[in-house]
Order: sequence, then structure tokens, then C-alpha cells
Amino acid sequence: MEFPFLSVITLSPIVAAIIILMLPEERKENARMLGLAAMILGLVLSVYIYVAYNQNLPAPDARWAETLMFVEEHSWIPGVNINYILGVDGMSVTLVLLTAIVGLGGVLISWGIEDRPREFYAFFMLLVAGVHGVFVAVDGFLLFFFYELAVLPMYVMIVIWGWEKTREYAAMKLTLYLLIGSFVSFIAFLVLYFQMPTIGLERTFDLRVWAEADFPRTMQIVWFMPLFLGFAVLAGLWPFHNWSPDGHVAAPTAVSMIHAGVLMKLGAYASMRVGIQILPEGTIYWMPFIILLTLINVIYGSLIAMRQRDMKYLIGYSSVSHMGLVSMGFAALNLRGFTGAGIQMVSHGIMTALFFSVVGMIYDRTHTRDMDELSGMAKALPWTVVAFIIGGLVSMGMPGLSGFIAEFPIFLGVWDGGDLNLTNTIFGLNPANYYPIIAILSALGIIVTAAYIMRAINAVFFGEYKGELWHDMRPLLAIDKFALVGFCVCLIIIGVFPSVIAPVVEAGVTPVVNRLIEAQQAATILDTVQTVATNLLALFGGA
Amino acid sequence: MSEQTLQTLTWLIPAGPLLAFFLIVLFTKHNRTLSWVLAWVAIISSLVMGWIVAFSLFLTDTHELAAHPVAIADAVDWLPFGDFAKGLWLQMGVAVDPLTAVMLFMVPFATTMIFIYSVGYHNYGKPRGDKLGVPNHGKEEPLFSRFFAFMCLFAGAMLTLVVADNLLLLFVGWEIMGLCSYSLIGFWYAREYDNPKATPPRKAAIKAFMTTRVADVVMLLGIVFFYRVFGTLNFSEALSAHGLEEAAGAVGAGALGIMALLLFTGTVGKSAQWPLHVWLPDAMEGPTPVSAIIHAAAMVSAGVYMILRIFPLIAVGIEGNPAVSLIIGGIGAFTALMAATIAIAQNDVKRVLAYSTISQLGYMVAAIGIGAYVAAAFHLITHAFFKALLFLGSGSIIHGMEHGAEHVHDHHTDPQDMMNMGGLRQKMPKTFWTFLIGGFALSGFPIVTAGFWSKDEILADAWFQGSAGNTLAMVIFWMLAIAAALTAFYTMRQIALTFFGEPRTPLAEHAHESGRLMVWPLIALSVFAVSAGWFGIPEEFPILGPAINNNFFHHFVGATVEETLHELEELHLIGHGLETLPFNPFPLTVSIIVALGGLFLGWWVYGRNPLKAGEPDPLRAPLGPLYDFLENKWYWDELYQLIFIRPTVYISETIVYEVVDRGIIDGTLHLIARTVYTIGHYLKRFEEVVISGGVDWVKDQFLAMARETRQIQTGKVQEYILASTLVVSALAFLIIFFINYGWYDAIRALIQ
Repeated sequence: MEFPFLSVITLSPIVAAIIILMLPEERKENARMLGLAAMILGLVLSVYIYVAYNQNLPAPDARWAETLMFVEEHSWIPGVNINYILGVDGMSVTLVLLTAIVGLGGVLISWGIEDRPREFYAFFMLLVAGVHGVFVAVDGFLLFFFYELAVLPMYVMIVIWGWEKTREYAAMKLTLYLLIGSFVSFIAFLVLYFQMPTIGLERTFDLRVWAEADFPRTMQIVWFMPLFLGFAVLAGLWPFHNWSPDGHVAAPTAVSMIHAGVLMKLGAYASMRVGIQILPEGTIYWMPFIILLTLINVIYGSLIAMRQRDMKYLIGYSSVSHMGLVSMGFAALNLRGFTGAGIQMVSHGIMTALFFSVVGMIYDRTHTRDMDELSGMAKALPWTVVAFIIGGLVSMGMPGLSGFIAEFPIFLGVWDGGDLNLTNTIFGLNPANYYPIIAILSALGIIVTAAYIMRAINAVFFGEYKGELWHDMRPLLAIDKFALVGFCVCLIIIGVFPSVIAPVVEAGVTPVVNRLIEAQQAATILDTVQTVATNLLALFGGA
Repeated sequence: MSEQTLQTLTWLIPAGPLLAFFLIVLFTKHNRTLSWVLAWVAIISSLVMGWIVAFSLFLTDTHELAAHPVAIADAVDWLPFGDFAKGLWLQMGVAVDPLTAVMLFMVPFATTMIFIYSVGYHNYGKPRGDKLGVPNHGKEEPLFSRFFAFMCLFAGAMLTLVVADNLLLLFVGWEIMGLCSYSLIGFWYAREYDNPKATPPRKAAIKAFMTTRVADVVMLLGIVFFYRVFGTLNFSEALSAHGLEEAAGAVGAGALGIMALLLFTGTVGKSAQWPLHVWLPDAMEGPTPVSAIIHAAAMVSAGVYMILRIFPLIAVGIEGNPAVSLIIGGIGAFTALMAATIAIAQNDVKRVLAYSTISQLGYMVAAIGIGAYVAAAFHLITHAFFKALLFLGSGSIIHGMEHGAEHVHDHHTDPQDMMNMGGLRQKMPKTFWTFLIGGFALSGFPIVTAGFWSKDEILADAWFQGSAGNTLAMVIFWMLAIAAALTAFYTMRQIALTFFGEPRTPLAEHAHESGRLMVWPLIALSVFAVSAGWFGIPEEFPILGPAINNNFFHHFVGATVEETLHELEELHLIGHGLETLPFNPFPLTVSIIVALGGLFLGWWVYGRNPLKAGEPDPLRAPLGPLYDFLENKWYWDELYQLIFIRPTVYISETIVYEVVDRGIIDGTLHLIARTVYTIGHYLKRFEEVVISGGVDWVKDQFLAMARETRQIQTGKVQEYILASTLVVSALAFLIIFFINYGWYDAIRALIQ
């Protein structure tokens, strides 16, 4: 039997969490070391599977099932045909690597936590395990299971270790949003599950079967929105983005890093894997509308970020803005858009992790995140300013850094979206008419991004250093510097040598895009309003 | 030299400074000597390799070059794009054609001079200054290594941009330069001014970055559009006659005009053209070598270089959409004139030069707008030499003034204000003579200076087209001619205020010539400020034309696009190809008159009776409110504050955040939460009153019943049996009864 890489990556944090909880309260150092060991193990294995995948890239016309590697399959609940199936494609293997990087960074950044570190590390491990699990799950039920596993520790960690002022409110808001989102998705998922026999399939949660299933067009159109939106909430889609900045602000540093760095990608990933891939016709039907929401995301998030005084709110809203670009890449409905979205997930993941770790370091020393109070940090913490500026440049899409590699294909893809020869339109929207305009408007969002990043850099790092205000000021730990350098190196490498990541991501999204293309070719001209109406009637017990 | 070697050399031209940047940042940060030595070695290596590559083209026959302009080209795969498995990669590569070659001649040379100068400018070897982020007058700059690191990064980026064979790599260099510009303008980040109207370096840096950023994003859209239309970003592939023909067939020549305008917006930002010119004067807050390299010789020229690169596209665009010509030419000419008027009323020695840079870049842009390709390239090169010279000269002046300030312990008098100078000719003779050469070149002093020949060529082109019936070109001609007169005037004003007469302050009294490291680059640059023009003297010019080179520059640089334009002309995509103009004495006479006239007028007003200490500017009284208008730079900054910045802040702060995000979205959310909470509250009440109450009532009844029924528990077996029998019989009866009749009838039967 092949070595179960994915199980080890996913489950080793859980094992670590259990052992950590069994340690006596006072052995903090051991808890930290254990967490670190689990994360390093995960990173090593992730790098290995990433490299292995990169060397065996699937053919561009392969079905999704054929692109999966490191597949593990075991029976779990045979009665309802739920199985333990793990596997990675190009997109998920990249995100697994991202999770491993951010997870390790999170452990390093939280080294100094003195308030119940044992429980902190245990929950953190659970969180990482849940995120890994979503990325590697090939069984739909398993995917939902890991998803909930990831949400729960978030709640606990925000409530216990979060910022006193808002933690209860934010934790509740976040948890409710995410649970309701996943609940909506799950209902849609179950409906489709029970409909499987009608299209000649045995009921199963195996996503490989789902990825080939051709649900009737009407059903796709009706159920796409709940299935997609439930997860898109987690990706911060406007107007369901509101939990995210509040959550960021209230969460402790490491949790913010995972939250913005990985958890939001989890929403984007799941909405692609479960929403777009299963219901391609629904995707094509709704995306011309959803892209408008993503445009609002981009502009709106950056505008709000501009007026924030709290650095964490600033980064939180900037995340909303950047995740809008990910969804926009999906909405472009072509390979460039999807590839750009995939790279943006990685780029933004590392970038926000970097941002939050910098903010965390400053907050630990000054006990404030208010940009009006902070100034001259460049003098006290020179490493943070370099890191923050690199992150900021990524954020504003500076060529030579990873953000540009992501955003350029997205804009191209969206502009290309005008080529979509769609016969059906919703609300009279035909992509050919306005996709290029969306590309133009969202590019203007970059200007605002540059403005708020520059403002933050200027306010926080430069200007006069008021040393007497900060009694807690101490130099960065070697660990902190290591984490910052690691993040920066990733961002620069992707920017200068995009070929380390782009082919893998592209191989991952190609099957999804192929499916969209097929669906588009198969699409027939239908009076869509009537379609929706008949379906709604059917739904509420009509004939 | 073999082609292979030349390719390798071309790749290596930008490599040295980029490597030096990383080495300085990572290793030699704390060793200042090593830092500048590294920087020098890197830039001199670029200079040597750049000149080898450039001369390999200079020595090639121009007819051969015209047939194959891209003499050196090499590319590697970079980003898989769209379909990597089908081998569709975005390539990164270098290419050298005649235009690149002249840039490779100018950029590394000017940069090297400025690097040499910088070591002196930052007082290397003097006692070390201890104030971080502010100028340390007369002491060694404490952030010396950082300065050289960013200068190296900048030089590497500029050279990358020059050798790039595609729009994306060009954009990479473009943006890195923007970043370097930001960090170098803000180099003295802790500097504050008492005057609230003055812009501190920190703010100037942000202003520069943001303004150019706005333009860059539009340019990025142009790149996206470019890629969509041509399917490649490579210049020689896309902008060949064939590529342009296909593109014009696919989207129409008018759309290519729009594309050209999108890309041109990048130039408007980078080359500080109206309406995005506002950042450049404030960028003068950076150290003077930075102003010289970034804001005169290299970075701002990059904008013009870019539109020269895409010239065939612009030519087709102009033909397809005449508005393109109007916009490009109009913006250029207006900028040239407007900036020249502002420069008249500025007192900061560097700001005068900044506005003159804006104005001269306007000349080049206007030239492109009327299709004068070679003239624009020519002015680009000569301007870089004399403007670098002037900036370094002004740095030398400021340095001397600061020396005076140290000497008299006066730290309140502004050492950059020309009103505080005067009489520096005797104090700083070398600076004076080189500055005079640069100033005359800028004014276009006839025959001798480079500026005369290049400016004359732009005017001649405009005149030629204007007299052929192009009204726009004629208007541009006269605007540029007036701007030329103003240029000569304010240059003379600057020279007179700075160097003539008696010192007006103790600072000027105790000023002092700069050291060798600063003076030598001035001398070297002044040689080029004069001689660079001789390579472009029109053939028909009496005596000089045939004697010197037969207008080498025109034939050499023209070879870059000659063949393409010729083919396009045959395809009827453009009206006419590259032409050698017939010689016409009229524009020549005009440029001689405006240059000499402006200089003379300047001398008449400022030089004849040099200003005494405390006297106001002699123009202030006659010009009245117009002078205020010019002094306040036409109030552009105030206008932009009013129409762009404040509304954006208001929208983001009030509308988006307060109203939509916290008001509507959060409000809805909280409303739902409150509703659910309220419902829950009433349900709880309902439960307490109705359900719990009900259950309690039932419970009470049971208890009561139990109390009563307790009496039947007599303990007698017979009674139990009797009771059981009764109950069982009754149940049996009921069951049979119900089954027989059915529920409905049974109940009816019971009732009846």
C-alpha cells in the first residue's frame, strides 16, 4: 500500500491536539514543540506531494477523477454510501501547501502566548486539520464534515483568546454566518443527492461521480445559488462579507492569519469544487450576475479599507476586496480567470498572513492597532516595515510579486469573458456587453488599494517615533523574523518565477473549465424565466 | 562579436545593478564603503556592456538595420498563459534595436555620473551624521547604504525597461522604478516643515506614487487590451505591419487608437504630463541625485520611451482616430506651455528645473502626437544629458549653500531658495560654467548646444506638417515656440538670480565650491550636453550638416520603424511613412529668435541689474495677480483636492462605510438578530405561561386524581380482578365496536 500522505497531513494535527490536551497544564513548552512538530511534518509532506504532483501534471483534457493523485479510499458509513476518500488535484495540492505554510507561520507567531497555550495549540491544530481536510476530501459528506470541524475551533479561539472588546459579538456573528452558509449549501447538496437516481446514478457522496453528473438544466439553475452562495459566504462575497472583518479584528493573531489566509480560500475552493464543478450550467446561468457582486466586493472593500483607523479592520476589508477578485476570476468562466483566481488564493493567503503577523507583532508591543496613535515603527521594528511594504506591494499588484501574477490573468480573463457566446441572459444581462467594463472598474479598485496601503505604511511605520509611549517595546524574536522572511520569500518567488505555481494551479482548474465549456456547448435556448417559474412551482408541491 | 555573446551581454546589462541591490540590502548594509563600491562596480559594468551593445549597432550599416531593426533578441518562457500544455507561454526577453541602442548609450552613462556624484553629495568620508531620515548638512548621510541600494534597484529597473522586448517586462521595470521613486523621494522620511503649505518628503513620496499609480492602472488595462487584440505582448511581433494589419482588421483602427491612448495614459503619469503632472515638482523633496536620475534623466524619460516603442500602434491609431493625435499632441503642447509659465514664478532652484522638465517632456509628447518620431527620440536623449547636468549643478549649488549655512549656523534660511543666493559665480566657478552650459542647452542656444538641434527638429516637424495643412500641428508649433521663449527666459532668470550680482544672504556669502566627486560628473555631462546635438544636424544645414555625420541620428533611430511604417503605408493603414523633411529656414529662424530673445529678455530683467537682498521679484509688480496664479502653479493641487480627494474620502467614509456597511448591511443583520431574539423572547413567555402552565395544570390534575383514586387501592385481589375485567371488557367492546363501524361511524354511534 502506498504511504497515506493525505491522511497523515490531515490527521496528524488532530493526533497532536489530543496529545497536547493530555499534557499537564504547566508543560507549555512541550505543547508548543508538539504543535510545531506537527506543522513541520505537515509542511514537509505538503511540499513533497506538491513537487510530486508538479512532476506528473495531468493532460489538459483529463477528467477530474483522472487528475487526482494520492487517492485513499476506505468505506466509512456504508449504509448511506459515505466513504472516506481523499485525493488532491492541482488546485487542492497548492492550497494544502498554502495551509501548511500559513499553519506553520501561525504556530511560530503564537509562540509567546501565555494564556492557556495548551488549549490554544490544541484548538489551532484542530482548525488546521479541518482546513486540510476540506482541501483533500473527495467525498462530499467528508468535505462538509471537515468544514464544520474548521468552523468550531474558530469560535472557541475567538471567544477565549480574542480581543476583549468585540470577541463575543464577532465570534457569534462569524459562527452563525458560516454555519447558516454551510447549512444552506448542505440542503442543496442533499436535494441533489436524493435526485441522483432520477439521472440514472446511484446515490453517493463521491464527488468524482458528481463531477460527471449531468443534472437537468432547470435543477441546476434552481439549486446553483444555494449551493454556491453557502460557500461563497465564507469567501466573503458581498453582501455576506460582514462577518469577516469583525472576525479578523476579534481573533488572536494566529487565528486571523488562518482565517484570512486559508479559511476564506476554503470558501472559494468549496464553492468551486461543490458549486461550479457540479452544476456547470447553473454556473453559466448565474455568473454574469454574480460578477456584479464581486465587482462590488473589490471596490467597496477597498473604499472601506481606506477610512479604517484600526489596522486589522483595514486588512480585513482589504481581504474582502481581494477575495472579490478570486470570485471574479471564477465568474470570468474561462481558464485564465480560474487560473488567476487560484493563484490569487495563494498569493492573498500568504500576503494576509504576513499582514496579520506584522500587526500582531506591533500590537503585542504597543497594545494598540490605531493608526493615529502608531507612528515611527520603522525605527523600532525595522523588519516589520520591510515585510509590510512587500505585502502591500503584493496587495496593489506590483509586477515582480505574486499579486500581479494573479491579478493580470484575472483582468485578462474577465475581459475575455466578453467572448462568452451566451444565448441566455438574466435580467437582460449579456456578458459580452459589460465584462470588459467590469475588468476596467475592478482595475480601478487597485488605485484605492494603493491609497490605503500607502496611508497605512505612512502612518504606522514612518514619522516620528515616540519611544516613551511604548513600555513593552522589545525587538522581534528570531522566530518572528523567520516567519516574516519565509512569507516574503514565497511572495517574491511566485512573482519572479510564476512557473513554480501557475502550471499546477492551471492543471487543477482545467477540468472545471472543461466542464463549463462542455456545458456551454450543450446549453440550449430556453426561456429562462419560465424555467425558474416551473421549477419553483414544482418545488412547492405543484404539479 | 558573436550574436550569442551580444545576447548574453544584453541580458547582463540590468543584472549588475539588480544584484548589487540585493547584495547591499542583505550583506553590506552596515559597511558604507563596500556599498558604494558595489554600486559603482555594478553600474560601470552596465555602462561597459551597454556601450558594447550600443556600439555594435552604431557601427552596423543603417540600411541593414532598417531591414532588420531588432539586431539582438533572446527570450525565455516565463508564465504559462491560457494553455500551458499547448505550449502557450508568456515570454520574457530582451531585444535591441536602434532606439534601444541610443537609450543604452545614454542611460548607463548618465546613471554612472550620478552614482559618482552621489558619493560626494552625501559627504562620504566626513564625520557621520546622527539624524536618521533628515538631511545631515555637511555630515555623512547615515542611511548611505540604503540610498545606494535603491539607486541600484532603480538603475536595474530602468535598464530592464530599456532592453525589454515586451510590454509586460517593460511594465515590470516601470513599476519597480515607481517604487524606487517612492522610497527615494521619501528618503528623508522624518523631515518636517514649519510652513504648513510645504510638502514634507513623506507626503511628496505618496503623492508621486499615487498619481503615477492612477496612470499605471489605466496603462495596465491598455496592456490587457493589447494582449487581447494581438495575442502577444512582444513588440516586434505585435507591432509589425502584419500584426497591425490583422489587429486593425479585427477590431478596427479606431480601437487601436483607444488602445494607444490607454497606454499613453501611463506616459502621462510617468512623464508628468498635464493633468497628472502635479507629483513631479513635489518629488524634488528627494535628495538631488535622485531628482537628477529619476526625475530628469531616466524615469520620466521612460514614459516617452514607451510611446516611442509603440509608435507604429500610435501611428495607426492616429490614422484611424484623429482624436488620438489631438489628445497626445494637445496634452504635450499644453503641458510644455503651462509648465514653462509656472517655472517663471518659482523660487526654489530645483522646482524651476522640475517644471522645466515637465515642459521639455511636453515637447517630446507633442512631437509624438504629430508623428515626429525621430525628433522626439532626439530630444529625449539630449534633454537627459543637459537636464541631468542642470540637476547635478543645482545639487552642487545647494551643497555649497548648505556649507554656508553650517558656517554661519543659520538653519532657518532655505538654502534652495534662489532669492537667498546671488553672486555664486565667484564662489563656485566650475558649477557656474557647467550650469551655464546646461542652461544654454535647455534654452536652445543656437548652433552650439544639443538642445538647440533637438528642439529645432521638433519645431521643424511641426512647421512642416502645419504648412502642409495640419492645423493642429500649426497650433502646436506656435505653442512650442512660445514655450521655447519662456524656457530661455526662466533659465536666464535662474542663472542670474543664482550666480550674478552680490550674495543676498550670509549663506551665499560663505558658499563654497563642491568637491571633485561632484564637479567631475558635471564636466563630463556638459561635454555631452553640447556634443550630443551634433549627431542630428540636418543634412541641408549650411556647412555643418554635411561636415558632421550627415544627420546620423535621424537615419539610425529612424531605422527602428522605417520599414514597418513603409509597409503600413502600403497597406493604407497610415498616411505617410517616416520622412526626411525638406530643409526650411523659417522654423530654424524662429527657434533661433525665441532662444536668443528669451535669453536676452531674461538677462534684461534679472541680469542687467542683479537683485539686491530684500528686493522682490521684478516681475511681481507688473504681472500682479497673474504672478500669484503662476506662483501657485495654476492652483492644480487645490483643484484636485477639491474634486477628487475630498469626494473619495467622503464616499468611502460616510457613504460606503457608515451608511452601507454599518448602516444597511449590519443594520439588516442586527434587525434579523433582534427579531429572532424578540420572537424567542415571546416564545419563552409562551412556554412559561402556556406550555409550562399547561403542563403544571395537567400535573396538578393528575396529582389530584391520584389522591382520589388512591382510595380504590384496597389491597383486595378480588376487587382488582373485577376492575380489570371491567376495563378489559370495556376496551374489547370499544375495539370491536370501532372496527365494525369504522372511526367515523363509531363516534357517531356513540354520540347518538
